[in-house]
Formats: sequence, C-alpha cells, structure tokens
Amino acid sequence: MLGPDIAWYLAVAAFLFATGTLGVLMRRSPLIVLLSLEIMLNGANLALIAFARHQGDASGQIFALAVMAVAASEVVVGLGLIVAIARKRLDLDVDKLSFLRG
Amino acid sequence: MGNVLVWAVWVLAAFSCLASGVAVISFSNPFYSALALIGNLASLAVLYLLLSAQFVAAGQVLVYAGAVMVMFLFVTAYLGGQADAPWAGGPTWQQFGAVLAAGAILVEVIVVIGLKAGGRLSHEAKIGDEFGSPQQIGHLFLTDHLLAFEITSVVLLVAAVGAVILGAHSRRAGTTAGVIHEREVRARP
Repeated sequence: MLGPDIAWYLAVAAFLFATGTLGVLMRRSPLIVLLSLEIMLNGANLALIAFARHQGDASGQIFALAVMAVAASEVVVGLGLIVAIARKRLDLDVDKLSFLRG
Repeated sequence: MGNVLVWAVWVLAAFSCLASGVAVISFSNPFYSALALIGNLASLAVLYLLLSAQFVAAGQVLVYAGAVMVMFLFVTAYLGGQADAPWAGGPTWQQFGAVLAAGAILVEVIVVIGLKAGGRLSHEAKIGDEFGSPQQIGHLFLTDHLLAFEITSVVLLVAAVGAVILGAHSRRAGTTAGVIHEREVRARP
C-alpha cells in the first residue's frame, strides 16, 4: 500500500476521539457538545475504515455507513431538543440544564 | 514518486483534520465551530479515499458535509449567536478534569491498539480494484448485512418521527409561553 501504514491512520483516529471527548466534557453550549460528538463518531469511523483496509474486508465500511446514519439521527433529535429548550427561553448551557422537569 | 505524493496528501489531510478538530472545540461562536467541522469532515473524506473507501468518502461529503451540516448551520443561525468563551476566567477544576480525562482516553486507546495489534499493522491485506466500490458495498448491504440495512432504516424513521414530535410540542408550548410573556411585558407600567 502506498503512503503511511494503518497505524498512522489509527493515531489520527485516536487524536480525533480525544479531541471530541475534550469538547464534550469542557464546553457548555449544547450546540458545540453535539459538534464534538460528531468528531468522536468520525474518529471511530476512521478507525473502522482503517481496519477494514487492513483486513481487506469491506464489512468495516458497512459499519461506518451505519455509524453515519446513527450520527444523522442523533443530530436530528439533538437539534430538536436544543430548539425546544431555546423556545422555552432557557439558557443554552448544559451546566444549568441539570434537571429533567419540563 | 507515487509514494511521496500519497504521503504529502496524507500529511496535509491529517493535519487539517486535527487542526479543524481543535478549532471546533475552541471557537466561542457555534457558527464558526460548525464551519470548522465541515473542514474536518472534508479532510476525513480525503483520508477515506486514501484507504480506498470511495463510497464512504462520497457518502461522507454528501450526507455529513452536505445535509447534516446545512441543518446544523440553519439551526445555529436561527438560535442566534450565543457565544460562550471556553477559556474565559482562567482554568477551573472542571476544565482541568476534562483535559485529564481526554488525555487518559488518548493514551488508553493508543496503548490498547499498540498492545493488541502493534506488530501486525504494517502488513495489510491485498485488495482488488473493486474494494470499497459502490457495487461491493451494495452487494454486502443486500446479502451479508441485510439486517443492519433494515435496522438503519428503522432508526432513521424513528429519528424523523421524534424530531417532528419534538418540534410540534415545542411549537405549541413555545407560542403559549410567548403569549403569556408578551402579556406580562405589556401589563407592566
């Protein structure tokens, strides 16, 4: 295979996952928490596709496509929740949204 | 010569991928973060192409950078710029813990991959030209992974129904709350 080994791709995937984790834990705006979740999912996707290339088995790419569908659903529901929160004139701050009462 | 070119493309894509990932979590304005995520997704599509996953790369650009991010930017613009500065007021114990946890996850992932697969990662399998092509993906989806395919469609349907229910409910509750709020404002002298 031309170019770098699979290990380099996996290192990038691990860094992406850690970046997303940092964003989820540190940021307070739920919009940016959703974006960081997307970064985590994409790190996992990159690892899946790198291992698919390593094994020569395209089933890993099927997994990645399923993850993409799940990520799209998650964004739809998450954005719906965020819009619902904003319509109730609550602050968009995950530290303040610490109770489940409507 | 071809090897050098692939390395150059890889370094460019990986660097822009990591840099835009860091940019996503450090911009204070969610709009800029969403724009940086589009760059992240595009450079990831380049990495997928290098791993001969053509169909996934195309799907990444169409579904993620196209549909999902347009919806995200639309909602962000609708909600207005509610910026929160990530590093305002100096580091707190919460941010310290977050950095510690993220670093721990990074080290953990790298150590586990290195221990379980370290020696074997440099010998990848031989693949044919059709690897990752739409034909192969479609064939796999409709033969070996038919259940995953069907469950994916159910998941998407449930998400669509959930979004409609959330939107309809919040519209009703939101307008009544808005009317009450306006009355209160008007009643004030």
